[in-house]
Amino acid sequence: MRGLQRGGRTLDFKDAGTQVGPLLVVEDLHTSFRTARGTVRAVDGVSFEVHEGKTLGIVGESGSGKTVLSRSIMGLLPPRDVIRSGTVHFAGHELSAMDDTQLRQVWGAELSMIFQDPMTALNPVKRIGVQIGESLKLHLGMDKKEAHSTSVELLRSVGIPSPEERVRWYPFQLSGGMRQRVMIAIALACAPRLVMADEPTTGLDVTVQAQILDLLADLQRERHMAVILVTHDLGVVASRADDIIVMYAGRVVERAPTRTLFHDTKMPYTRALMDSIPRLADPSGVRLDAIAGRPPDLINPAPGCRFAPRCPYAQDKCRESEPPLRTVGSPDHLFACWFPLVDGESTAPAVPVTLSGPPNGDAGSITEGDA
Amino acid sequence: MTDTTPVDTIAHQSGDVVLDVRDLVVEFKSGRRRVQAVSGVTFQVRRGETLGLVGESGCGKSTTGRTLIQVQPATSGEVVYQGQDLNELKGKELRQLRTKIQMIFQDPISSLNPRRRIKDIVAEPLVIWKRGTPEERMAKVRDMLEAVGIDPDSAGDRRPGEFSGGQCQRISIARALMADPDLLICDEPVSALDVSVQAQILNLLADLKEQFHLTMVFIAHDLAVVKNVSDRVAVMYLGKLVEVAGSDELYRSAGHPYTEALLASIPEPDPDHASDHKALSGELPSPLDPPSGCRFRTRCPYAQARCAAEEPPLREVSPGHQVACHFPVGPFAGQVAPAATAPTA
Repeated sequence: MRGLQRGGRTLDFKDAGTQVGPLLVVEDLHTSFRTARGTVRAVDGVSFEVHEGKTLGIVGESGSGKTVLSRSIMGLLPPRDVIRSGTVHFAGHELSAMDDTQLRQVWGAELSMIFQDPMTALNPVKRIGVQIGESLKLHLGMDKKEAHSTSVELLRSVGIPSPEERVRWYPFQLSGGMRQRVMIAIALACAPRLVMADEPTTGLDVTVQAQILDLLADLQRERHMAVILVTHDLGVVASRADDIIVMYAGRVVERAPTRTLFHDTKMPYTRALMDSIPRLADPSGVRLDAIAGRPPDLINPAPGCRFAPRCPYAQDKCRESEPPLRTVGSPDHLFACWFPLVDGESTAPAVPVTLSGPPNGDAGSITEGDA
Repeated sequence: MTDTTPVDTIAHQSGDVVLDVRDLVVEFKSGRRRVQAVSGVTFQVRRGETLGLVGESGCGKSTTGRTLIQVQPATSGEVVYQGQDLNELKGKELRQLRTKIQMIFQDPISSLNPRRRIKDIVAEPLVIWKRGTPEERMAKVRDMLEAVGIDPDSAGDRRPGEFSGGQCQRISIARALMADPDLLICDEPVSALDVSVQAQILNLLADLKEQFHLTMVFIAHDLAVVKNVSDRVAVMYLGKLVEVAGSDELYRSAGHPYTEALLASIPEPDPDHASDHKALSGELPSPLDPPSGCRFRTRCPYAQARCAAEEPPLREVSPGHQVACHFPVGPFAGQVAPAATAPTA
């Protein structure tokens, strides 16, 4: 890969192309925020790796820490009141040890991000061509003319009709789906090796969602990129990710190759997330299996398994001690549960379970699922 | 705009029609031109049923919903609620009737005033109508908050900013129910929520519908969600209805190519799900300049010359199932529409 020069510093990715092992390695990453109420442990000891050309899905509810995790990996955290520990290695370089000047050489060039809301992520007063051209000029040293023609080609490759004309448009002139295509064009401009997509299709119509996800998959195949797809919807990653991580309350609670995760779900939380999705094949009016309660307060999480207050199978042991991320049999299937599901059935001792009342002390007895 | 005849007969057979929308047209000014957001929509909602209205952004489904409570006046056509045409009502009469029709919006957080307390927000409909004493109002606020799963003691004095999106949506629902409505219009009530919370709200709406004997119009872009809550579904495309059917029937045997594409674009939470989906290409054409003939023809994989020349009317292909397509798909593939009077085909 190319070396990048800016401000007299050089970050050399030449050797990285031939490196063996994973492209991204995250080890024991913690990210906390100091707030008036106390320290919020948004990401609490997360480890995983992503291999070249593969897709990793990160799934969790609002408040599970998935967005903080993606920003923490990128180094896009506010400068103050953040405590971060653990390491992030990308293509052999330690991202977590880089300062902003060094990170700027990586962002957009080797590692880029697609944000959820393209309207706020795009600059409303700049033509889209200028916004795409920015990184081309910065990272690839293109002049204005080259950047312009490359922008047109990029817009064409993300399926925007009449790109020669659209390149001069402003974001407000485009629909939500088209803006997200522009975001993808910007993210892919310098042919990065890893793209982090944080809820790239939330807020878009299902038809447009399918188009955007297909587009991302096609471009990924063409360019042999790795993709991290962050979403709250297991349906979105089911047919697109190679591996899936399920997050709950700042931790990884299950991690497995996609098919294994769906066919041999170990963690009751993963099962509950799957069951809450309305399926077309179910008759209309069928009652959805909603998860009662809401995720815990991350300032003072209760001891034990963090899902225990909402788990239909929770035992005393679950409330007392925290289950480690472990494997049974297959080494690439990890889960954090004392009584994992086997063939969809809990292995917890059969005790009559009551699933009612306030799920946790936070916010009184409001029964609600998101934070 | 004259595709009304077959639909009428069905509704009248079943009798108790709460809401009868006939040939509804809504136009907006766009510079010097006029753009039709809704171009001749006709449907009925029967007592106690949930009608789903589904389509992409810009298809006119929200505008239709807003016309039902007259937040948006209709350009022409009728919105008849229990025998009264809302378009003809004005002032006090309209306001009074509106208490019977309530709406829940997509963005629950911005639809609540951030500076007011929850109990005041929920009590407001009764305050406006000067119903009951303050004590009676508060008692009803408590009942409604409990009905939607919010603890009135801990939540009543707090403000919307302290609640999550799902909780705010519950509060909006409580407010909508305060004036004892008959008809609840839900405009994308769950599309801003996580799937886990979405399931809670959908279940809640189903419970409340039963408890308060509501009739609902449920507007959304996700057919899986719409199918879950609706008895019947009307699919809308660029200002027109393209298919109306019972929700299970619609899923089993979609007759319109657009419905087929909508069904195919829903991500199934199953890695083995055959991804045979033909993702719809392109986007909704501009309503300023809708395609001639069938409006879906520019994106339709099966479009033929006749589709550009002649607009397909909504016609019945099986009892209770209407399709606006010359060449319907699925089990109705043989039922090519008889040539209309226009000989251009």
